[in-house]
Amino acid sequence: MAAVLDVTPENAWTALWRRLQQDRVGAVSLGIVVAYLVMILFATAGYLAGGWSREVGVPYANPAFLGERPNLEGALRKRAEHKGVAPDLSAIDPLAPKYAEWERRTGELKMTEPERAMTLPWGGDRWGRDVLDKAIKGSQVSIAVGVLAALCATVIGTLLGACAGFYGRWVNDVLEWLYNVFTSIPSILLIFSLAAVLRSGAFAHLFASGIWTVVIILSVTGWTGMYRLVRAEYMKHRSREYVLAAQAIGASAAARMFAHILPNVSHVILVQLSLLVVAFIKVEVILSFLGLGVPLDMVSWGTMLSEAQTELVIGKWWQLAAATAFMAVFLTAFSMLTDSLRDALDPRLR
Amino acid sequence: MVPTLAGVIVLIFFLFKFFGGDPSQILAGQVASQEQIDAIRRELGLDQPWYAQLGIFVREIISFDFGKSWMTREQVSGIFLTRLPATLTITIPILLLEISLAIPTAMLVAYYRGRLLDRAVMVICVAAMSVSFLVYIIVGQYLLGFQLGWFPVQGWSDDFWRNLFTYAPLPILLAALVGLAPQTRLYRSFFLDETKSDYVRTARAKGLSEPAIMRKHVLRNALVPVLTNVSLLVPGVFVGSFLLEIFFSIPGLGREIYLAVNRSDYPVIQAVTIYLSVLTMLINLAADVLYTFVDPRIQLR
Repeated sequence: MAAVLDVTPENAWTALWRRLQQDRVGAVSLGIVVAYLVMILFATAGYLAGGWSREVGVPYANPAFLGERPNLEGALRKRAEHKGVAPDLSAIDPLAPKYAEWERRTGELKMTEPERAMTLPWGGDRWGRDVLDKAIKGSQVSIAVGVLAALCATVIGTLLGACAGFYGRWVNDVLEWLYNVFTSIPSILLIFSLAAVLRSGAFAHLFASGIWTVVIILSVTGWTGMYRLVRAEYMKHRSREYVLAAQAIGASAAARMFAHILPNVSHVILVQLSLLVVAFIKVEVILSFLGLGVPLDMVSWGTMLSEAQTELVIGKWWQLAAATAFMAVFLTAFSMLTDSLRDALDPRLR
Repeated sequence: MVPTLAGVIVLIFFLFKFFGGDPSQILAGQVASQEQIDAIRRELGLDQPWYAQLGIFVREIISFDFGKSWMTREQVSGIFLTRLPATLTITIPILLLEISLAIPTAMLVAYYRGRLLDRAVMVICVAAMSVSFLVYIIVGQYLLGFQLGWFPVQGWSDDFWRNLFTYAPLPILLAALVGLAPQTRLYRSFFLDETKSDYVRTARAKGLSEPAIMRKHVLRNALVPVLTNVSLLVPGVFVGSFLLEIFFSIPGLGREIYLAVNRSDYPVIQAVTIYLSVLTMLINLAADVLYTFVDPRIQLR
């Protein structure tokens, strides 16, 4: 009688792990994404790129491998430090009597002029900040915004979708109406409206610093797709036998929704979540580029690109290259990982 | 559609009413006397309860009269008439070019499914989609406009043909090329879905060649989801690519909204958002009706 069925069914997540390992593209992508996450952890803790805002080089310092390239802006800066005697203008200069006092007060302050390097590993920006450090710090900010916003949108979408799909009837009608309202406003207009309101509005001071403005904008506009998917899954699952069985043994509605059905639809949510991360990072980059994203004292891939636009005209291409490369590698790896994840999770393809 | 529209209006109203700044302070600036502020509040109806203000808002929408822009003193209703032509000059060619390039590419890739060409194109698509649109515009404008001088870097004129053939080609080209990767990926999946269906097996069984199956059977059926996708893209034609308009200083609707956001010009943002939402709903409705003609199996309830 015993040992009839000695095979314990494989846990879904162990199966996923096994399948991801078999998929070579997926494994490489996972490796890259993990490497980025480690880099972000170090950057958050301050071990990496902690001094991204320090002016360590001359303006537009050349990349180390292009050290001989003429750097007009950097040379000007060096020359300004050893400037010659200025012509005597005290007879006509209305500010001349003040100079002595200003000189004295300047003397009271202690100033240190850091030694500025002529070349940096991957060049410097307009103020001589290390572009490589900026790219690492920018990765931290951009990816954090994307992931946080995707998590918020997932929570909103899943909660609303679960209610609509599980309860049906008037709950469904109300939430469908809400969904229709949000989807009939073109998303970029909703983003702009929210940006306008959050920047100048009554709560502007709450979000003055930090990434929360962008996270709120993105999650409020981006929950609709998740809602639709989760709702469809819940409609499918709510009358399945395992849910009815749970109801028969007295599981409450909340328990059935979140303890029984949710684990069975989590693969759909996971895939959609990773799609959202990619989409949100792209939007964050554009918003930050336009000055509607992360605040000025932070750096993201978008703010780097906005500086890069003017730099490119005078031939300083390294900031553009760094931001583009960091972003492209991460997004490609993450998209590939999402594809592998979907293949590994989709029961129809097994 | 009416409840949805009501929802949009209420959402926009409350968003700006409760989360937005006080209009009288934005309008009057930092150094305004109390009388000035009171006068502005009376003029805008801000001294009335919120439901009366909602009434004013609805009346503004129905009568197409949002008053003047707070900052430029331009009639808000005039903004559509003056900005939309520029937007359409670039968005319609973009849409046409994108679709006419994506369908053949997707069909070709779907024909060679699973083989090297298919895989290579798909990897290129993913990589191309991972680079921000901004980078394509920055590099494209620098390389093709500034360095090679094939196109003007930016600009716009009052003459439609001059705009279309002098100033618009570079933004159109960039947007179409960038849009190609996601469209191809999507359309390929539509084609692949069809190649698995029964009628394709029947066609093979009766000895039809693969290209003929692709052309005569798969293409026609795959055009239904393609049409859905295009109908989703059409509202975007009116919103325009605000990034292109900003980069190439094209005086279109998208750039206008961006400028309005930067100067906290609420009436402009509200008007554009509401009317474009209405337009989106109408286009979706039209697409639904169009379906019944394209695919007789679909019936409107």
